[in-house]
Amino acid sequence: MRFVETDVLIVGAGAAGMYASISAARSNATVMLCDKSLISRGGATVMAQMTVAAALGHQEADHWTHHLQDTIKSGQELCNEKLSYLLCKNAPEKIRQMRDWKTNWANDNERIRQVLAPGHGVKRCCYVDFLNTGPAVARTLRGEVAKLKNVTRVSGLTIIDLVVEKNRVMGAIGLNTEAGEYVSISAKAIVLAAGGLTQLFARNSASKNMGGDSHALALRAGANLMDMEFVQFFPIGHLAPRLVGMDPIMWDPFRYKLGGRLLNGHEEQFIENYGGEDGDAYTVGRDLAAYAILKECEAGRGSPNGGAWLSFQHLSKAELDEAFGPIIKKLSANDIDLTKQAIEVAPIAHYHMGGIEVNESMETRVKGLFAAGECVGGANGANRLSGNAIPEAFVFGEIAGASAANTISETPHLSPQIGQNSLLNSLVELSRQQKQESQFKTVTSRKLLFKLQKLMWENVGVLRNKQGLKIAIDEIRRMKNDIFPNLKPASGTVFNTSLMDWLDLRNSLLCAEAICLAANERKESRGAHQMEDIPFKSDKYRKNQIISIIDGHLVSRWQDVQKLEFELEKKCWTTV
Amino acid sequence: MKNNKQQNVFAELSIFRGANSTKPEFETFRVPFQQGASILDALIWINDNVDESLSFRYSCINANACKECMMIIDGQVEYACLKKLQKFGSKLEPLPNKTLIKDLVTDIVPPKEKLLS
Repeated sequence: MRFVETDVLIVGAGAAGMYASISAARSNATVMLCDKSLISRGGATVMAQMTVAAALGHQEADHWTHHLQDTIKSGQELCNEKLSYLLCKNAPEKIRQMRDWKTNWANDNERIRQVLAPGHGVKRCCYVDFLNTGPAVARTLRGEVAKLKNVTRVSGLTIIDLVVEKNRVMGAIGLNTEAGEYVSISAKAIVLAAGGLTQLFARNSASKNMGGDSHALALRAGANLMDMEFVQFFPIGHLAPRLVGMDPIMWDPFRYKLGGRLLNGHEEQFIENYGGEDGDAYTVGRDLAAYAILKECEAGRGSPNGGAWLSFQHLSKAELDEAFGPIIKKLSANDIDLTKQAIEVAPIAHYHMGGIEVNESMETRVKGLFAAGECVGGANGANRLSGNAIPEAFVFGEIAGASAANTISETPHLSPQIGQNSLLNSLVELSRQQKQESQFKTVTSRKLLFKLQKLMWENVGVLRNKQGLKIAIDEIRRMKNDIFPNLKPASGTVFNTSLMDWLDLRNSLLCAEAICLAANERKESRGAHQMEDIPFKSDKYRKNQIISIIDGHLVSRWQDVQKLEFELEKKCWTTV
Repeated sequence: MKNNKQQNVFAELSIFRGANSTKPEFETFRVPFQQGASILDALIWINDNVDESLSFRYSCINANACKECMMIIDGQVEYACLKKLQKFGSKLEPLPNKTLIKDLVTDIVPPKEKLLS
């Protein structure tokens, strides 16, 4: 058992967590940046393939007010417009800052290249070739963080629970996985930046550690979650043939650059039949495309493995090589030749619009507890625009880090004695939850997670209905209340995979219940929440849904959407 | 792995177990063979279905982005997410030039990213 002290603890070392570390450290706070995987390598950032939206105006006249308008339109009346405003207004400055820090945005000398992505009115999305945006961004930020003497980086530290006294966060307890040692951390402020929760769905583009850790930590600490029902399903995730060494969302960048034709099992274009357009410009929104593909499958017009065909066969080898040279080689290693074959694609869980409720300083209703990045709810409403996730991580990370640093002067440190007591209390509580002898010898955390993912995919996925949601809620509560308490993680200390899986599942079950409860309460179809038996939008639900824990139970209530008065300003070109 | 259509075909993986490099022990696991699957797919299948305590590093799941799954596969340094599962099986060992932590996990954490006492 160990006791450590820091001004600001940052949980999660992707783009949001690293940006938060930089801004907190520059505000003279001491920072501990931890990740349950390796710094900058786990989570979603490193997997980002291409688009980062920012109204730079380098390829077409643009202004951030137009980015804001597109974001709000895509969010279908549910955006917390004050957060969307922060995202869109500050995104260009962050892109330039990253350029100054040597992120090699694809460019024509002084002009950064920007492409059109679905839902954007102009060419607004920058990228790093080839499909290298995430790794490039992660490398830049890792380098900047390493320069700061007041940031301590800790890989392999899983945060188990937060310590809260009188609605103020005081620290956290964690597990140093490689040493198998519990740690008590005194922190005056905490930033949750551990990403999304798409790992809860059987088909996903998530990394292993995206099972909703931030959300569960926030909820148990007394913070609110909002709009948990809105999970973005990426329409054209790779389905077949088997492809390894590539992120399954790789086909979107191909479409940004090269078009590509989406065809049903009869090799006919079909998006038009659902009210969308899908020509060479590739402008159809993600929610509609995902819906259309699954509806085609339901009608018996799917591709052989249950998706749609995506064809680039109209392009020559030279054109493909020019646009994606190294990637074409990787495809070749998987025996895929795009000039000779179409590939199969299908919707996969990709991003979560909902998340932790914060104000414009990124603070939750718990004092000293902040959030940043994908785990923040509200900025993207009911459906996220392509390219908004990375700028959201940059902008919210920076604000959260600075806000956290600002609070530290008013806050005392937890005494080591109280820290030890909190740790002991938490460990006693955890061991109370772990049975000494498992009643279900054949059930493991992994198997239960596998069942949960299947249940969520089948009943809380792209197309939902009342009966499916009821089944899901009942089953999740059974898992959470009857099965989980009877699981026993394997003993052992060093790199105890079984204990890590158990801790993940503990968070995932809570998040799954929150999503199902929220989906069940929203009796309409809007954005990424599509109810087959209520196929219309309803003004009554033009509200954000808040989920909190009251007396040990998850409770839902409705709240007015935060609106913002703004005027569109004239679009202009820049080279800055 | 999840849509395994060739249920009769198995591949055998011989995997280093334990936390003590001086006493190497290998355990053999039979995993369903699927065309195009990676070694990482097979390791995850073992965690899901046979032995949840088998330890190996990975985060991004077959995207070759996190670069955490490096190990020795049939004598060569490889990423488990890029190396394809072979019908005749493979031998998996931890990286030899790093301190062993457990099974296929070695200490690849940079010294400045550790919790110091």
